[in-house]
Amino acid sequence: MAGIGGKSGESASSAFAPIRAWLIAPTWLMIGFFLVVPVGTMLVYSFLTKEFRGGVIWEFSLAAYDRFIFDRGLFGDEPPKLELTYITIFARSIVQAAIATALCLIIGFPTAFYIATRPVSTRAIWLFLVTVPYWVNLLVRTVSMKFLVRESGPLNTFLQWTGVISEPLQIINTDFAVQLGLFYSYLPFMVLPIYASVERYDFALSEAAADLYAGKWTILRKVLLPTVKPGIIAGCILVFVPSLGAFLAPDLLGGAKNFMIGSLIEEQFKGNAGNWPFGAAASMILLSMVLIVLLFYARRQSVRAGA
Amino acid sequence: MKLWKLCAVALLVAAGAANAEGRLSVYHWFEYIPQELLDKFAEEHDVEITMDTYDSNEAMLASLKAGALGSYDVAVPGDYMVQIMAESGLLDSIAEGELANLGNVEEQWMDVPFDPGRQHSIPYQWGSTSFSVNTDVYGGDINTTSIIFDPPEELRGKINVLDSQGEVILLANLHLGIPQCSTDRDQLRQLDELLQSAKQHWASFGSDIAKDVLVSGDAAAGMIYNGFSAKARMEGAPIKYAYPREGIIVWMDNVVLLKDAPNRANALKFMDFLLEPENIAAVTNFARYSPGVMGVTDMLDEELRTAPESVPPADAPAGTFIAVCDEETQSVYDAIWTRLKK
Repeated sequence: MAGIGGKSGESASSAFAPIRAWLIAPTWLMIGFFLVVPVGTMLVYSFLTKEFRGGVIWEFSLAAYDRFIFDRGLFGDEPPKLELTYITIFARSIVQAAIATALCLIIGFPTAFYIATRPVSTRAIWLFLVTVPYWVNLLVRTVSMKFLVRESGPLNTFLQWTGVISEPLQIINTDFAVQLGLFYSYLPFMVLPIYASVERYDFALSEAAADLYAGKWTILRKVLLPTVKPGIIAGCILVFVPSLGAFLAPDLLGGAKNFMIGSLIEEQFKGNAGNWPFGAAASMILLSMVLIVLLFYARRQSVRAGA
Repeated sequence: MKLWKLCAVALLVAAGAANAEGRLSVYHWFEYIPQELLDKFAEEHDVEITMDTYDSNEAMLASLKAGALGSYDVAVPGDYMVQIMAESGLLDSIAEGELANLGNVEEQWMDVPFDPGRQHSIPYQWGSTSFSVNTDVYGGDINTTSIIFDPPEELRGKINVLDSQGEVILLANLHLGIPQCSTDRDQLRQLDELLQSAKQHWASFGSDIAKDVLVSGDAAAGMIYNGFSAKARMEGAPIKYAYPREGIIVWMDNVVLLKDAPNRANALKFMDFLLEPENIAAVTNFARYSPGVMGVTDMLDEELRTAPESVPPADAPAGTFIAVCDEETQSVYDAIWTRLKK
């Protein structure tokens, strides 16, 4: 199959060769307009002077990055110390996103595996069922989650009715509620890529391994997982990256008591603070972190492919 | 045939031009004006109204600063934002005599601190901000800001505060008896310490959810706007709106004439329209706050006229508007707010 697909692809691409540049142009325009221009603007703004109550003054300044790194006290005139506030906020967001990703993986991998091993005729139904909740707006889903886990909500009522707990569980306005919300928001982003790779997995490989006296765990670890790893990594990236910048779940489920990266940046543009360069700088730092992780991954992949 | 087509095009263009003469572009809060009222104005003055909405004063300011100025005629900023917009040169001045109905404005709202003499704005709606307490959970005295900053045992961990720096810091200032925009470092440190120590008792920060958390019981006490609290009470929350003796926050939304308004004449007509008692009463009945225009009371819903959230008790303190601080103090407030939420 793959061979035939490859060949027809090749002949098609040579047929289109003369106008290839034109066919690719829309992609480049999209990337140019919707990626390079906004990110470039942000980069420039992060090095400008802030205007009181929003806006920028066109003068070069490192104040935004300085504020991120150095703590000069409440009144800004103490000797500089290392600023922990923003590192704390970034670390909190990273931990939340990592836990949400782990939850998605733990639930998502078996789900994807199960779906991929069903008969071809029923797979579509299972996939359909996974995606049904995602036809509803993210905000609505997050609010419903809030209804479910609140102190007098169905979850607590049920658990108390069964006698598992006597006092209602305090879930709402905790970090756990945020992780739960992120997990629920992004689960399909984990299931779908893993499903795509497990579906292509040739189960004859497992059988071959079993013939060579490999146990179930060995087959899973040494044959299946390495083969579907690209799908797992793609899923993890697709869940981790949006979780990192999420602010709906932290605001609605976590009570907005603590800033996450997303709400910290939002506050710089929409709040009283109105410090656009600092908001841009925080976005650039976040973007750089994500890029470094992705580049590291891409590099490892290419090294492996090369070897 | 060709000629016929040409005529059709010419007609269309002419019709378009005729429409374009009567336009009004409004930048307004979401769900803050009844559609019927807009339709009424459109019909009376043969004007086509377009409206965009925002969800915070700061979002509106940011959008105007980012290039939307010149595309809207009027906006509806809150009190302190009128002053900020005027100082940033975003507002046009209303000359004397340009508004026929300016005399309808209640005396107390003519010479307001944020727009002395009403040079750029007219009143839209006003109200107060304090907090409401679930009387099933706590039966004691609620008319003190200690409910929020040093709460009684029953309310600890069950308090929602508005996710809005201005209101929270002003209420804290009132609690401590510190003047707004104080530059005294000891007072600012005191403010910082108060908020840091009060946070452990708070369950959540949220403005849009302020009503829902009281209705659902997620919070037993919460900072809230008076009209919002009345809605929560009508939805069945067993709550009472407090008039703390330390002071209460008062706010007022105002219709302003924006600089470079593309339809300045219609904007003034619209402002005059909103100064008619009958029209502003329709807004008040819809939004459940209070108008700043004389002769409206009789046109309000019975419930609104007598609601404890709109009619303060005789011994209630005078309201305080959020003051506009200079950059130095504001950056300390920003730092305090970030420290509170880090």
